[in-house]
Amino acid sequence: MARFELEVALTQGAFSIDIAERSDARALALFGPSGSGKTTVIEAIAGLRTPSRGTIAIAGHVLFSRERHINLPARTRRVGYVPQDVLLFPHLDVRENVLYGQARGHVDLDGLVDLLELGELMGRRVTSLSGGERQRVALARALMSKPDVLLLDEPMAAVDLPRRRRILEALLRIRDELKVPLVYVAHAADEVATIADRVLVMDGGRIAKSGTPEVIREP
Amino acid sequence: MTREVGEIALFTVACAAAATALMLVPGIAVAWLLARRRFPGKAVVETLVTLPLVVPPVATGLLLLWVFGRRGPLGRILESAGAEIVFTPRAVVIAMAVMGLPLLVRTARAGFEQVTRRYEQIAETLGAGPWRVFSTISLPLASRNILAGSLLGFSRALGEFGATIVVAGSIPGRTRTLAVGIYTYTETGQDRQAALLLVVSISIAFAAVLLSNRLARESR
Repeated sequence: MARFELEVALTQGAFSIDIAERSDARALALFGPSGSGKTTVIEAIAGLRTPSRGTIAIAGHVLFSRERHINLPARTRRVGYVPQDVLLFPHLDVRENVLYGQARGHVDLDGLVDLLELGELMGRRVTSLSGGERQRVALARALMSKPDVLLLDEPMAAVDLPRRRRILEALLRIRDELKVPLVYVAHAADEVATIADRVLVMDGGRIAKSGTPEVIREP
Repeated sequence: MTREVGEIALFTVACAAAATALMLVPGIAVAWLLARRRFPGKAVVETLVTLPLVVPPVATGLLLLWVFGRRGPLGRILESAGAEIVFTPRAVVIAMAVMGLPLLVRTARAGFEQVTRRYEQIAETLGAGPWRVFSTISLPLASRNILAGSLLGFSRALGEFGATIVVAGSIPGRTRTLAVGIYTYTETGQDRQAALLLVVSISIAFAAVLLSNRLARESR
């Protein structure tokens, strides 16, 4: 069974999205110019936007199907979503943010703190964190809810260059050790090559090209 | 004489505090509904909640007298349960709550509207149901506005006159508040008492509004 089954048609104002994708990727990258609809696709998977038609299924778990009248609310979709602006809860400290989603089941907190190197951050206020630190805390918060898929919207955008390596390594370990599949809105072509095994190049709400990360370099 | 003034001041503050407590839950609920939900009749609810701000308070008092009077729809039920309302301290509290509610609702609503909808959405993706989202995200993030709105409502309650005098009267030691007391003392030529109550009223209201403004500023 394909891990990702996405058929999303959605209109917002004058802009429309119409994509279809079936694949077994461990990490699926969405790539393309800003305004091509990448974030909207992520939000549709997360349950924050309702497509006008189509099907969204992750690892055999149907989240949305117009035909079958399925539209699970965001809270039962088991997706970990890290938006581009991260949105840590400002009134909670790092620990409280990380633990927010734990209600869904037992997760190895120590392992996660280790993997994302959060040990020294746990008691801090979120307003005192750097871009890279915020990103790691948000990853932990999303993973604590035991997601079936992790949705990441340009996770490197707010991280300064020297720290990107660290986030990238964390993402690879999430993919390979925790075996959580990723849908990843990419900022730069080299990120796609490192993380993704499949990429959808989007333009104007459509898939312009798809395939292995090499397709980005093709003319 | 000063003892009487002290008692009136204390009684007024206690009633205003009780009125604030009474309006808190419905006020927050209505504010949240207006900020976050679309529902049929929303415009009507919006208008109803604002009405006490613009209708003459005496008219609101008369309305309350009808509703809570012995033959009124609510008054009848409450009386059979042994709770008399009209011309008791309870009437003072109800009049104050009704008059203060619009200020709480308006301020709290602005607070909920300022909370980025996406924080709530993130909480949903983390598995939080509507109540958990409300109590752990929306409410704490709007709490400064709610506090400021409560203080405004409390201040309005302190100065309530028109509705109170109709529905509760000016019974010494029973329903006489600062505002009603000032009126009664002035009417009966007891100018010193009136002046004393005036100073007390202004001092309490000044402190409450000052605090409320400060909270509203910090929440921005």
